Amino acid sequence: MGLAKRIIPCLDVDNGRVVKGVQFVDIRDAGDPVEVAKRYDEQGADEITFLDITASSDDRETTVHMVEAIAAQVFIPLTVGGGIRTCEDIRRMLNAGADKVGINTAAVFNPEFVREAAQRFGSQCIVVAIDAKKVSAEGEPDKWEIFTHGGRKPTGLDAVEWAKKMVDYGAGEILLTSMDRDGTKNGFDLGVTRAISEAVHVPVIASGGVGNLDHLVDGVTEGKADAVLAASIFHFGEYSIQQAKQRMADAGIEMRLP
Amino acid sequence: MSQVHTSTIAVIDYGMGNLHSVAKALEHVADEHTQVIVTSDPAVIDAADRVLLPGVGAIRDCIGEMYSTGLVPSIQKAMREKPFLAICVGIQSLMSHSEENGGVDCLNHFQGNALFFGNDHKDHDGSKLKVPHMGWNQVKQSISHPLWQGIPDHARFYFVHSYYVVPSNQNEVAGTCDYGLEFCVALARDNVFAVQFHPEKSHKDGLQLYKNFIHWDGKP
Repeated sequence: MGLAKRIIPCLDVDNGRVVKGVQFVDIRDAGDPVEVAKRYDEQGADEITFLDITASSDDRETTVHMVEAIAAQVFIPLTVGGGIRTCEDIRRMLNAGADKVGINTAAVFNPEFVREAAQRFGSQCIVVAIDAKKVSAEGEPDKWEIFTHGGRKPTGLDAVEWAKKMVDYGAGEILLTSMDRDGTKNGFDLGVTRAISEAVHVPVIASGGVGNLDHLVDGVTEGKADAVLAASIFHFGEYSIQQAKQRMADAGIEMRLP
Repeated sequence: MSQVHTSTIAVIDYGMGNLHSVAKALEHVADEHTQVIVTSDPAVIDAADRVLLPGVGAIRDCIGEMYSTGLVPSIQKAMREKPFLAICVGIQSLMSHSEENGGVDCLNHFQGNALFFGNDHKDHDGSKLKVPHMGWNQVKQSISHPLWQGIPDHARFYFVHSYYVVPSNQNEVAGTCDYGLEFCVALARDNVFAVQFHPEKSHKDGLQLYKNFIHWDGKP
């Protein structure tokens, strides 16, 4: 027995509501973030990720209050991402009750920010979020590239090399989202998940594409992920966290069960 | 007019952030007569009935802030006199020395060192293990202790750390965990208890530990 693999429900929050889009468009409403977080906490979620997907400066205050409200009632780790650009942003989120912050676009435009943040707050709370898309053609060796702006802008950065660099700069965890799969329900991109998980020494969270519980199992067994993140399969009541954990435990994966 | 006795818990704020979740978890399990105070005031710490020493971030900054804020005498006084709980980097700060940040002398309440897992840490079967040790792992209770009351042996707690403590005196080990090696995750001596995991992030078993602390008289 040892460390359990984690299930992390993700709350994409826009304008104070949990939403979920398919490949970042076609938004559906999934409820009040505090209520949703409490429900997952009661169901045995191992952690909760809160992504502020509008992240305009007007909404920042709302997000801080929401994080405070969640942290006052949910006693499992909470990661907050979306629009984290400065050490001051990080400090505010940590003081509001976040345990970790996710840095995405800001890391691409200013990698030194990751180093500075890790030095100041410790690697344990710096999650670098990577949005990767497969760019190799059929028959070519697999290659994935980093994209920004919800998957719209290519950066020319190789995803595996980028992940290694971010860990060297102090990232304590990698949140890897496949932009090809996000919202499709076709399962994780296991190739890029495994490539990155084997290339870095920090935990990797697989994200993007979960449509059923076997996809979660595959993320760990084939993708070698340390944690699996999903949104819509939990938000709309298709599966509970307990069911997901039980399925993974049945597949021989070490889980934290009630 | 009768006065209701209020018990106070000082959560030591030495500038390392994220005390919100510790304070919220304590408040969640505290009864109406218990007051949780996040403070950097030595006088408040000296007057408190119980003291909690959190810890986040790197050890050099933690120890540095404890000294620069002038809190070390109050921390040491509390460790001699009243129920005292240290968590996460807090446990490491109570050791003699940590090898983090090129080597840092700590408060030396428990003899022994904090060591790095290493970036090529391996499981017993030779497979690669990720560092930091992040997530829910099982805690084996080495001793029976008031702070373990109501918590099943081998219950899972939430960890996030890259350094682990190796105490010189095995009699002080209150709990262990397995991650490539069996290592100490809880230390106890007299009125001081220290844990590597985060009770405030460990759901009901973590909250139970805080509840136990609120009611602990400081006797082993």
